[in-house]
Amino acid sequence: MSQEMLTVLETKKRGKPALPKGVDDDLVRRMYRLMLTTRLMDDRAMRLQRQGRIGFYVPSIGQEACAVGSAAVMTDEDWCFPSYREPGAALTLGADLQAIVHEWYGNAADNTKGRQMPVHYSFKAQRFVSISSPIGTQIVQGAGAAMAMKIRGKKAFSITYFGDGATSSNDFHTGLNFAAVYKSPCIFFCSNNQWAISCPLSQQTASESIAVKAQAYGMPGVRVDGNDVLAVYQATSEAAERARAGEGPTLIEGLTFRIGPHSSSDDPTRYRPSEQLEEWQAKDPIARLEAFMKKAGLWEDAFGEPLVEEINASIAEAVKVAEETAMPASATLFDDVYADLPAHLAEQRDRLLQQEKTAGAAEMDADAAFPL
Amino acid sequence: MPTLTLLQAVNSALMDEMAEDENVVVLGEDVGLNGGVFRATEGLQAKYGENRCFDTPLAESGIIGTAVGMAVYGLRPVPEIQFSDFIYPAFDQIVSEAAKMRYRSGGEFTCPMVIRTPSGGGIRGGHYHSQSPEAYFAHTPGLKVVMPATPYDAKGLLISAIRDDDPVLFFEPKRIYRSIKQDVPEGAYEVPIGKARVAREGTDCTVVTWGAMVETCEKAAKQAEEKGISMEIIDLRSLVPLDEEAFLESVRKTGRCVVASEAPRICGFASEVAAIVSEKAIESLEAPVLRVTGFDTPFPYSLEHVYMPDAKRVLAAVEHAVNF
Ligand SMILES: Cc1ncc(C[n+]2csc(CCOP(=O)(O)OP(=O)(O)O)c2C)c(N)n1
Ligand SMILES: [Mg+2]
Repeated sequence: MSQEMLTVLETKKRGKPALPKGVDDDLVRRMYRLMLTTRLMDDRAMRLQRQGRIGFYVPSIGQEACAVGSAAVMTDEDWCFPSYREPGAALTLGADLQAIVHEWYGNAADNTKGRQMPVHYSFKAQRFVSISSPIGTQIVQGAGAAMAMKIRGKKAFSITYFGDGATSSNDFHTGLNFAAVYKSPCIFFCSNNQWAISCPLSQQTASESIAVKAQAYGMPGVRVDGNDVLAVYQATSEAAERARAGEGPTLIEGLTFRIGPHSSSDDPTRYRPSEQLEEWQAKDPIARLEAFMKKAGLWEDAFGEPLVEEINASIAEAVKVAEETAMPASATLFDDVYADLPAHLAEQRDRLLQQEKTAGAAEMDADAAFPL
Repeated sequence: MPTLTLLQAVNSALMDEMAEDENVVVLGEDVGLNGGVFRATEGLQAKYGENRCFDTPLAESGIIGTAVGMAVYGLRPVPEIQFSDFIYPAFDQIVSEAAKMRYRSGGEFTCPMVIRTPSGGGIRGGHYHSQSPEAYFAHTPGLKVVMPATPYDAKGLLISAIRDDDPVLFFEPKRIYRSIKQDVPEGAYEVPIGKARVAREGTDCTVVTWGAMVETCEKAAKQAEEKGISMEIIDLRSLVPLDEEAFLESVRKTGRCVVASEAPRICGFASEVAAIVSEKAIESLEAPVLRVTGFDTPFPYSLEHVYMPDAKRVLAAVEHAVNF
């Protein structure tokens, strides 16, 4: 069962292709726009990184359909525990482009106060929970939030995103086990991009798929074409219905590919065959959606260059504003460690400020750059 | 003699010890074909094959648990944890298993392995690519904890660690991975674990430090010199076992002691050194023992340069001690 793969976009049938349940023409257009915005944000951010204007970046080029198609199912009651490769989900949930760009710069207007490396977003209003670097930790947390929803009697779900590499982590096994035992309304979404930095999927698991692992935990596992935004929507929407009906968790494997480097510090040509890259470039999720929209009569001329230009202009404006914004003040270092500032931190802060007055502020090391 | 960076010296030690002892195996994430994300294991798989240098699934507890099993069986594994910030899933295997194997079995089973892991800040890596967790491990009986500050020591200490019959945490100061070069002998040599090094001789104030902070303290020493203050720098090289005599002797000479470390202050290893100095050299002290450390906050991103103890902060403490 797990080896079947759900695909919706390309059909051999003539005439206007059918849309999955819950998807209307407007949603298709909206998802197209969100995927394109995610892509253009990545393009811009990678260039900013190369120019030394931001320190680091993680692109999700090629994986936009997984993030957008699944997050589009969420309502205001549902929660998201993402990894660093789901900016598309943040946008879909309504995160502000300017807030995203401020985070790249870690400046004083960044809602996370410059505390983390770029792409480690946190959007409370969108129930998009703060991202951390350690792989897999969010998976079991997603299961915990789902248990909390059950305890509160909510008809809602939590969705947690992770990569294929993360399926090797302890937290993957624990998360699936806990959710299955408690029948929690959790959707485990694996964006299987087939690589964990330089390690191919075959070094991660001997299972025939990721989805098949669900069986052993006692939950359904679904394999979906992760570059087909409608298929991703449909699989997630079915899992959401099960979750809301009290039928428990689902594991979804979105089969996709990381077109770009692991991060701005990685060089995939060292380890990845170029034929594989070319094969997957031909399955670009945005181009595939465009072809579908044309066939379905949903395409408008304004979706071409004018839309690209419009989105690029708003990103450029956000970059401009971010670059004009000051960096966080030294004293903010000590905020948010605890709810209140304990005496020892107040002492450390005061001594730092005193020292800045007498000896001058610490200087940023111009050579320091993230090496991987 | 080749001139190597600290990173190349680590690689050279691995190359040499794998040739010397076929029980030495290297495992971790991305250590095989890719040669490690920092390239510390570059070329090992090509030279020694996939049986001796291999990629693992993404699970640190798996990497260390596997290494414990291998070590108990008779190999000498050298697992890599890609960043020391990602070591925590393996914490149980390290502190409950590797550290206690010899003791709990009454010496029947041992766990000779070296956990190599880059640590420390200064690379704009935020919370999870910058921390200095050495104190957690120094606090665990049964583990040795080593951190080199120079390419020469990196190679010699790593070779000693691999030959050691107990588990060793080998922290590599990644900020200076490529920034300093030094003549490093070809072929295997040992730098003994448990022996500190006088990195700079001086008469007015002892500064005890380790890892990348040695370089920072050397900068501070140059600035101090311009102000007529002579700083002596002790590079611990090994935290456990600790060469107490090296810094006590220095403090008896200078009468002042500053301990500098990147890690947070509370329960950091700097506190351990300060306690030993107050216990054993109080009669020589002309000023309180001072700690220069990171703040007791998580490691930040944008304010990294404010967080990290720099030469200015070291110098301020030294001046305070000297003028006390
Ligand atoms: C616990 C832990 N170990 C190692 C790393 C270093 N690391 C960062 S991303 C990554 C690969 C993750 O692969 P995958 O889960 O497939 O996600 P992808 O990056 O492909 O989206 C590794 C090993 C980490 N962040 N956390
Ligand atoms: Mg992956």
